[in-house]
Amino acid sequence: MVDILCVLYEDILMFDANNPYCKERDIFILSKGHCVLGWYAVLNEFGLMNKATFDTFQTNGSDLIAHPVKNLSLGIESSNGSLGQGLSFGLGIALGIKKRSQERDVYVVMGDGECNEGAVWETAASAAELGIANLTSIVDINNLRNDGPNSTYMNTKTLPAIWTAFGWNVIEVDGHSHCEIKQGLEEAKTVQTKPTAILAHTIKGKGVSFMENNNEWHHNRITKNVYERILEEWQQNA
Amino acid sequence: MLDLNPKLARGWSRMGPRAVYGQILYELAKTNPNLMALSADLGRSSGLDRFSKDFPDQFLNVGIAEQNLVGISAGLARMEFDVFASTFAPFASLRAGDQVRMNMGYMQEPVRLVGLASGLALGFLGNSHYGLEDVAVLRSIPGITIISPADCFELYQCILASFSYDGPIYIRLTGGVNMPIVYDADYEFNILKVDVLREVSDVTVIAAGSTLGYAKQAVDQLNDTDTKVGLVNVHTIKPIDKDFIASLEGNCKNLVVFEEHNVIGGLGSAIIDALDQAKIRSIEVIRYGVNDEYPKAGDYNYMIKSLGLDTVSIKNKIIEVIQS
Repeated sequence: MVDILCVLYEDILMFDANNPYCKERDIFILSKGHCVLGWYAVLNEFGLMNKATFDTFQTNGSDLIAHPVKNLSLGIESSNGSLGQGLSFGLGIALGIKKRSQERDVYVVMGDGECNEGAVWETAASAAELGIANLTSIVDINNLRNDGPNSTYMNTKTLPAIWTAFGWNVIEVDGHSHCEIKQGLEEAKTVQTKPTAILAHTIKGKGVSFMENNNEWHHNRITKNVYERILEEWQQNA
Repeated sequence: MLDLNPKLARGWSRMGPRAVYGQILYELAKTNPNLMALSADLGRSSGLDRFSKDFPDQFLNVGIAEQNLVGISAGLARMEFDVFASTFAPFASLRAGDQVRMNMGYMQEPVRLVGLASGLALGFLGNSHYGLEDVAVLRSIPGITIISPADCFELYQCILASFSYDGPIYIRLTGGVNMPIVYDADYEFNILKVDVLREVSDVTVIAAGSTLGYAKQAVDQLNDTDTKVGLVNVHTIKPIDKDFIASLEGNCKNLVVFEEHNVIGGLGSAIIDALDQAKIRSIEVIRYGVNDEYPKAGDYNYMIKSLGLDTVSIKNKIIEVIQS
């Protein structure tokens, strides 16, 4: 998912780190809110959040907790964590942008497990019906959820067919290839009549051998020891 | 601004609050291109037929999808549209409850969510469509104002007032066609202030929504004799008017609350909570409503009669309190 966010912030999103309220900004919503830690790092990297704020993560009373809390000054447009809701809020904003004849786009990053939520499909149907082309969903398909692989219950292999059937322009990409992600997002910008779903195939825990595809790391704590193991592995691979 | 006169009050009463809601939005849309009316396949039930034809760009039917209704409405509210979203009360408050919590509560997006035909208004449609839990659910979500207009003029006042009010609002429509008229002329309406209709007395009746009209008839019949009963319109169930609550101490012994809602969590509960917070221990609150059950359905008049919320029953219950 961090690869997707990096491409969005590097190449796609219109934003002004010095003026997060900028009226021309694109809107980014992290609907799979539990991945917010990776997003905080990106916001910090791209200047929307300073280091002092970043370091308050998960300290008592902090604005930065384990799910996004709306904070426009930090570029966090919506509170999420209750899955299946970001796309609907994003659709309302995208519709409003269209009604105001503005040139702005809305991007919503979702999970494949999140697509189990029925509310996602209420929105998917109406966004296509309304022809909202300035709305793009990016589905992070890592095939794992809290309790394990998607294949054991409610398989998500059918997601491309489903999004297509709902009337969306579907683009499948390698969710770790910055080049493919960027191409997909640029193609989405050219589609004028319907919303686009970028289905990004990813590996959960990508980049750390013992975390990849290991659901123990869906929700876990990186201790100092683990952190050092990761650095060691990366140094060996460098 | 419409001229609020007795003739219009009678006309609107005959139409009922849902049709009037649509008509009010129609009047406002004539001069407000920023107004958006959304519904989840209940545009007709919201009186929005003509609105949707004459202002198609300001109307959106999202289909039978209440969760999406609330999400889209919140997004449009973020884009600074004046958003009204309507569906039947249980679907607004419970089916879409989590969306209401996240978007209107947690995020404070200023949607006006309209719970149509709440209470017992839907008669033979039964408990799947009654609004007996909406106030309880929404009261527990921080930051949502809950208004239950007594009649069509109060609905008009409440919609007008919402334009200069910050934050999300749930507007609870109760009653049906030919609902009793409480207000037949222009009057001062303040979202945050109760309207004392009959001076607070030892026994004072509290009501809101369509029940208020029946309560007013009952109280006036009693006051025509030598009894003295107070009557207060607590149209805004949350936040409760704290000054009013504080003013009760020493001036009232019994508050009798009537409501088309489960007695758990509704207006009566809100009054008890407010008295408790104000540390007023000298007033007894007696609640009448739906007694934590799903009642057998029938037409509206049958329902309010069988549940003791019609004029005669309300009057008898007040007499019981006076005599006890």
